[in-house]
Amino acid sequence: MTRLLPFIGFLLLAGLLGFGIWWNTGHDQTAIPSPLINKPAPDFKLPLLYEPAQTVSRASLMGKPYLLNVFASWCIECGVEHPVLQAEAPTLGVALVGYNYKDAPDDAKAWLATHGNPYSVLMADTSGQTAIDFGVYAAPESFLVDAHGVIRYKHIGPITMDVVNDELKPAIASLQQEPH
Amino acid sequence: MTPELGQIALILALLLALAQSILPIIGAWRNNSAMMAVARPAAFGQGFFVVLAFVLLVWAFLRFDFSVQYVADNSNLALPWYYRITAVWGAHEGSMLLWIFILNVWTLALALFSRQLPEAFAARVLGVLGIISVGFIAFILFTSDPFGRLLPMPPDGGDLNPVLQDPGMTFHPPVIYMGYVGFSVAFAFSIAALLGGELEQAWVRWARPWTNIAWAFLTCGIVAGSWWAYAELGWGGWWFWDPVENASFMPWLVGTALIHAQAVTEKRGSLRAWTILLSIFAFSLSLLGTFLVRSGVLTSVHSFASDPRRGLFILCFLIFVVGGSLLLYALRAPKVAGGKPFAVVSRESAILVGNLMFTVAAAMVLLGTLFPLIGDALNLGKISVGPPYFGLLFPLLMLPIVLLLPFGPYLRWGKGEPQVLKRVMLRALLAAVACAVVAAFFVDGKLKAIAGVAAAVWVAVGVLLYIVKRWREMPRGRRYPAEMAGMLFAHAGVAIFLIGVLLSESLSATSDVRMAPGDTKQIGGYDFRFDGVHETQGPNWRADQGTVMVTRNGEPVAVMHPQKRTYTREQIQTESAIDPGVTRDLYVALGEPMDKEHIDGAWALRLYYKPFIRWLWFGGLMMMLGGFVSAGDRRFRVRRPANADAPEPVGAALLSETRA
Repeated sequence: MTRLLPFIGFLLLAGLLGFGIWWNTGHDQTAIPSPLINKPAPDFKLPLLYEPAQTVSRASLMGKPYLLNVFASWCIECGVEHPVLQAEAPTLGVALVGYNYKDAPDDAKAWLATHGNPYSVLMADTSGQTAIDFGVYAAPESFLVDAHGVIRYKHIGPITMDVVNDELKPAIASLQQEPH
Repeated sequence: MTPELGQIALILALLLALAQSILPIIGAWRNNSAMMAVARPAAFGQGFFVVLAFVLLVWAFLRFDFSVQYVADNSNLALPWYYRITAVWGAHEGSMLLWIFILNVWTLALALFSRQLPEAFAARVLGVLGIISVGFIAFILFTSDPFGRLLPMPPDGGDLNPVLQDPGMTFHPPVIYMGYVGFSVAFAFSIAALLGGELEQAWVRWARPWTNIAWAFLTCGIVAGSWWAYAELGWGGWWFWDPVENASFMPWLVGTALIHAQAVTEKRGSLRAWTILLSIFAFSLSLLGTFLVRSGVLTSVHSFASDPRRGLFILCFLIFVVGGSLLLYALRAPKVAGGKPFAVVSRESAILVGNLMFTVAAAMVLLGTLFPLIGDALNLGKISVGPPYFGLLFPLLMLPIVLLLPFGPYLRWGKGEPQVLKRVMLRALLAAVACAVVAAFFVDGKLKAIAGVAAAVWVAVGVLLYIVKRWREMPRGRRYPAEMAGMLFAHAGVAIFLIGVLLSESLSATSDVRMAPGDTKQIGGYDFRFDGVHETQGPNWRADQGTVMVTRNGEPVAVMHPQKRTYTREQIQTESAIDPGVTRDLYVALGEPMDKEHIDGAWALRLYYKPFIRWLWFGGLMMMLGGFVSAGDRRFRVRRPANADAPEPVGAALLSETRA
């Protein structure tokens, strides 16, 4: 019997590998599902980048949908998506809320001065605490939050034109069709 | 026309492989010499056609035959000829052809050098290799054809993955395949022994040089891969516990256990079933590695374009080969614990402990590698384990090995002498403690570094004392037979490796800095002055090239030129600049420009000071050398019975007959 053990162990392994093939035909490996989709956005209260005396919170943004974009001046990929945000922010149909992540305020301001500022609201979190609550693991990430403060869509990585047209705009359109 | 010839050559090779696998095995079973005699000519024929197919693919690359899809995908007119040859194994289809090519190199070598083996045994060994060949050639022909046409033919092709456009990388895949595929020989020997119900252990002695050579190649391949990761990826690390690194490391761990277990079985007759099981494991893990890289089941920096059909094919083949051989093992493995008895303090026990640790370590790496899959299967969501898991468990498992390693040679087979051992241990311990105390002053009391010095001295003193002992006690000419010399080389390599790993891990200094031209940053006592970036041009790339002047106390040390290359097809690849040294490497990687419009301005740079890092590859190369030297021992070549003190086994008479 003990001599059968390696064989039995191998069968288990083969079963696991077979499962792996089956699973991968139906799932995208790189997609990390967010447990936050269709859940209320985490509570936050953050100062504005340009007027640190004023704060923005989840409650103060309620009532209208918005796209929360996590970015930083040190983040290379953010430079990739920035021109797209610049061009598309006016046509999105929702407010673009910037969340400046773990950045020195002066660096962020200098970066925005060079690349332009597409954000209608721009808050700064030098500690990165809110990002932890949102489950951000790398900038850039973007969250579409509806009028009731519920996260409806999440995108990891830079927003490209393809993402805007194929995912973001349809997601916004479906929000706007819902009864308020 | 030539690509079609390549395809035909592969089909003929498949047919010959079928002949090589079926006829000799049936022949050996039915005791039919004519059928067994098919093995060698079929192997030579298969080898001829596989080499032909390989050469035709090389030819297609050299001639820029972009009508071949694979050539068009992986090369272009600007690619220099030597990288066009590398491109042959630069992607999935061609690398499978390389796999088959190397399997045939091993098969041909075995067909040539197995004439002194008993007829039936050699027939079975070649037959098993034929089965493996059938599986892989069928895999190429049915799922991954490198000769597929692309019509209309494009005027120019894509590009070879820029990661592979590096001299070191040219040799990494062939060498690592030599190792991984080479374990098929030890595997075939074990299966042949199970099929034939071999009672003698003679086959283990025949298998040993093959296993040692395969292990040495695998060691070399892993060292080369680690060196490449260090030099090319720009992260300054040398091992990342990436799934594909693990895929080559698991067979290495089991292979290391195997070469030691084979020594026990050959010399003492014990651990017979275990040696067979390890041969099966080592090759199974090589196959598993192939599966993991090509099925897309796990994501990794090395992943080839994945395709579930391919994964399914390899999985079925894996089940057939590994499942079949483990079932055979369950049915036919030697039931009686054979061999000479051994005491608790004996060389056998020491090797057994080492074996256990290597096997558990391989299982631990396997578990860690498959963890994301287990997570999916048990519906636990996305989980994976990273360096913290491996980094904690692996050293713990290796600790007993490092402690035992220098003393294995002192222990006698059967029953060791604790007295001798105590004396040697005391000396090694004193030396290790003394060196650790001295070292403590130089490394700011960093524990890991002190432990590294102590462990390395412990191993090195044990090895040195044994060299001295042999010198004193044995007559000239019999002091260091190749088998022992190889063992001593490899064990000394472990000492050097330990220095490299523990000192570089604990004493390295890193800095991610933004530097404007003229800025200076000090790390590890070296001043790095950034002199700006300018553009430069290569044969098929352009690059932003930085200049970094390194000085120490005002004395110039090196001028370094890290690059960020953009290849023909816009793929970007960093080329770190490394100033190598015996006691330290200086390493600079170019990050991003602060302002993309002005590359002559400030840049993000990553600076490293890495003490003793070179030692870890040097130690690895010494282990490799040890494997090759051991394999060259005369004992493995000269025909004589396995046990000099046992009566001549019947096989010996038959052996000389077959030879005549």
